[in-house]
Amino acid sequence: MTSTDHTDVGEQHLEVRLRVNGMPRRVELPVRRTLCDALRQDLGLTGTHVGCEHGVCGACTVLLDGEPVRSCLMLAVSAEDHDVTTVEGLTEPDGRLSPTQQAFVDCHGLQCGFCTPGFLTTVSAFIEENPDPTPEEAREAVGGNLCRCTGYQNIVASVLRAAEIQKERATESTEGSDA
Amino acid sequence: MKTPKFTYHAPRTVAEALDVLAEHSTDAKVLAGGQSLVPVMAMRLASPAHLVDINRLTDELSALEVDDAGVRIGALVRHARLERDEAAAARVPLVGQALRHVAHPTIRNRGTTVGSLAHADPSAEMPTVLALLGGHVVARSVRGERTIDAADFFVGPMESCLGYDELAVSAWFPAPEGRFGTAFDEICRRHGDYAMCGAGVVAVLDEAEQYVSLKLSLVSVNDVPEVLDLTEVVRGTAYDEVDHAALGDWVRDRIDPPGDLHASADFRRHLASVLTKRLTREAAARAITTTEGARA
Ligand SMILES: Cc1cc2nc3c(=O)[nH]c(=O)nc-3n(C[C@H](O)[C@H](O)[C@H](O)COP(=O)(O)OP(=O)(O)OC[C@H]3O[C@@H](n4cnc5c(N)ncnc54)[C@H](O)[C@@H]3O)c2cc1C
Ligand code: FES
Ligand code: FES
Repeated sequence: MTSTDHTDVGEQHLEVRLRVNGMPRRVELPVRRTLCDALRQDLGLTGTHVGCEHGVCGACTVLLDGEPVRSCLMLAVSAEDHDVTTVEGLTEPDGRLSPTQQAFVDCHGLQCGFCTPGFLTTVSAFIEENPDPTPEEAREAVGGNLCRCTGYQNIVASVLRAAEIQKERATESTEGSDA
Repeated sequence: MKTPKFTYHAPRTVAEALDVLAEHSTDAKVLAGGQSLVPVMAMRLASPAHLVDINRLTDELSALEVDDAGVRIGALVRHARLERDEAAAARVPLVGQALRHVAHPTIRNRGTTVGSLAHADPSAEMPTVLALLGGHVVARSVRGERTIDAADFFVGPMESCLGYDELAVSAWFPAPEGRFGTAFDEICRRHGDYAMCGAGVVAVLDEAEQYVSLKLSLVSVNDVPEVLDLTEVVRGTAYDEVDHAALGDWVRDRIDPPGDLHASADFRRHLASVLTKRLTREAAARAITTTEGARA
């Protein structure tokens, strides 16, 4: 992290090293820039959506070292040297949709899609931690994310389906390697 | 919504952080998990000229130690880590019982428990827990280190007694002594919201299942966490002979909660009485089912 003098704009800027979706990125930004704004404005990753900007809605949720965090409550400079995963980084290496993404398609887990990036990141981390959730646990897992149009029934169904797809793909790949 | 401008400091050692805090004192604020400070700044309710980001001080501030006497956590222990720690849950179950009610899991991944104490929100769970257990906070500055008892730490709503140049480096949650049981619950409009009213209880019973002590503390009722001691009301009475509903009335008649947008004062009094009735019974039942050395 190197400091640059930007007396013309009267504001401290820093050059920050970030790892976003596996790619090392260097970006110079004002220190007060939040991680969500840095992702969207500086890195062009507009998949991360910004709703309330104070931690309540969950739309901006990204994975920091694999754990869901609110990117609107984190300064980009604090994310230095951490791994950030956004919705753009969820697809499988072969380009297939991830289990969570596929499940939201299958179960009509989105309508306008505004809240969806936050749900996808949150649920992806959740099914890693709890590969076999009960309906009650699935509901609890998305308790911190707001959706104003799809309705939560389909979203909870998507969480359960995501866990199923994850298991199906795990068996496929072990069968594949046996063959 | 953007935070006002500030100068950012990313110290690599606690000593460096303390130097920056001493130099800028009233103009500086510590940035821990940012789960309260960032929104407060974005809403322009605070505009510190200097932010001291302690997140890189993992070597010095990440310890989570559990021994027979209780649980000590460094300033960088996030709510989520403390909540999941099995040794801490076994020794001081009240901590985990309360943490489950702090915001949502995603907020707990980032927010620190010590930061929550420093923030001193009357609607926050962990200040109440610290007060109820009689814990303390350890604060350090270039002037030295001091240990501050919970009873002295909270001085007003959103106000702790930390000096501008002080960093809270750790907090201590002692385990109750004897055959104890604890319980925590709260009532919110929506799951994960700040509570309209919450309560924690510590009950200690003797071998004859009679009360040795009974203490309770409420969330969203007082400006600073206060411990209500119900021991005199129940001492020497067997657990199953206590009228728990009457304990609820006892508490209701001794509190003076604020009324606001979220709940009227009368509604809060009612909630406090309901929670007291439920939780005193629950805590005592846990004291009975657990034996020394194998608490749950
Ligand atoms: C949507 C949402 C819901 C929430 N719901 C709840 C809830 O139900 N209950 C609840 O208790 N909390 C809730 N919180 C707040 C959360 O618990 C915060 O994590 C906590 O209050 C502050 O911890 P932090 O590490 O994020 O501190 P920060 O936000 O970084 O700091 C908060 C304040 O404490 C000071 N501070 C922090 N650490 C130290 C230190 N080590 N030494 C000195 N000063 C320090 C800072 O300078 C600042 O003034 C919620 C937050 C959000 C965004
Ligand atoms: S935009 Fe971050 S939680 Fe709403
Ligand atoms: S899909 Fe429209 S807000 Fe959730």
